[in-house]
Amino acid sequence: MADTMQFDLVSPERALASLQANSVQIPGAEGDMTAMPMHAPTITTLRPGLLSVTGPEGTETYAVTGGFAEITAEGTTVLAERAYSVDAEGKQAIEDHLAEARAAAESALPEHKDTANKLVADFAHLLETMV
Amino acid sequence: MPSLKDLKTRIDSVKSTRKITKAMQMVAAAKLRRAQEAAEAARPYTERFNAVLGGLAASVGGSDSAPKLLSGTGSDQVQLLVVMTSERGLCGGFNTSIVKLAKARAAELIANGKTVKILTVGKKGREQMKREFEDQLIGHVDLSEVKRLGYNNAQDIAKDLLSRFDTGEFDVCTIFFNTFKSVISQVPTAQQIIPASFEEAEGESPLYDYEPSEEGILADLLPRGVATQIFAALLENAASEQGARMSAMDNATRNAGDMIDKLTIEFNRSRQAVITNELIEIISGAEAL
Repeated sequence: MADTMQFDLVSPERALASLQANSVQIPGAEGDMTAMPMHAPTITTLRPGLLSVTGPEGTETYAVTGGFAEITAEGTTVLAERAYSVDAEGKQAIEDHLAEARAAAESALPEHKDTANKLVADFAHLLETMV
Repeated sequence: MPSLKDLKTRIDSVKSTRKITKAMQMVAAAKLRRAQEAAEAARPYTERFNAVLGGLAASVGGSDSAPKLLSGTGSDQVQLLVVMTSERGLCGGFNTSIVKLAKARAAELIANGKTVKILTVGKKGREQMKREFEDQLIGHVDLSEVKRLGYNNAQDIAKDLLSRFDTGEFDVCTIFFNTFKSVISQVPTAQQIIPASFEEAEGESPLYDYEPSEEGILADLLPRGVATQIFAALLENAASEQGARMSAMDNATRNAGDMIDKLTIEFNRSRQAVITNELIEIISGAEAL
């Protein structure tokens, strides 16, 4: 069994990372999951959260705001709407997103209220874990 | 016959025009390279995205529960045309070719008894569409303040479109933009984005587990798909615009050069004529004595 797999992180504007990884922890919409080589083919949507990639050279962490991940036996591709590195700049960006999500939740229609509130909670949680 | 001084002024003015067009060409060339790089960098995302969405759409598409963004509203009465053009002129036939295609489509739809609504992106297209279809214009997106096209610009446009779709303002949405083929060739393209249309997925894809359900993912991804397609179109358009401007300015520079040559010959001829005239006058004056 191979102990590494191909990992790609792409955003709409550019490809952010492409490397060999041992495991990838993904903030899935229904809970965190860890993808390792030979994982069953899965497609999951993402919630705002931390994405951490463990490879032979150590662990890289990114903050993603949403998107989806495609996992196959040979590799994992994460298509993130936005991805930031975990530093002051990234934190500022997430704070902006949180404010935006709060404003959207305020004005959301009743039937979308739950989704909007969940988004706010996810961003708030992400911000806490980034500290 | 223009005087020597007139000719001299004209030559000088054409020379300064040539300098300007030359500079614009070089600026466009630099911007083109950047626009192409941006389009290149965005390609992996669009490709993966469309592959996954295509696969999903194929497996869910047939069922009744398919989201409206995929299956449509069941009517094609109200058509929204999104015309993407540039904010600045002096780029050859770039804007005209898009507008021509959009106008032809609009006229055809109206002739078939459909309702047409038009949303413009970019100032130049708005000016041209306004002449014939002023009543159909429902909105305009201004990108003149945008220095560097980002995904958020596409997201804003997509958000606007989706909220209009949710309130039932239109049934079918088509975007018009120029596809970048090369510096001298940009192809005006019409692409239907709502309801979404996908090319058949090639080859066999593995059977995926879906989390949450297939329908849940599809409902989440389709709105993003709209933004992704608009973003790809914006990038193509940006590259096309710079390409078109570059070749237009290259032509202009060459024409200015030709004109300077012609004017210089004319200038020299009249200068000689003046000298000859003066000589004749002096000689005939001397002979008369």
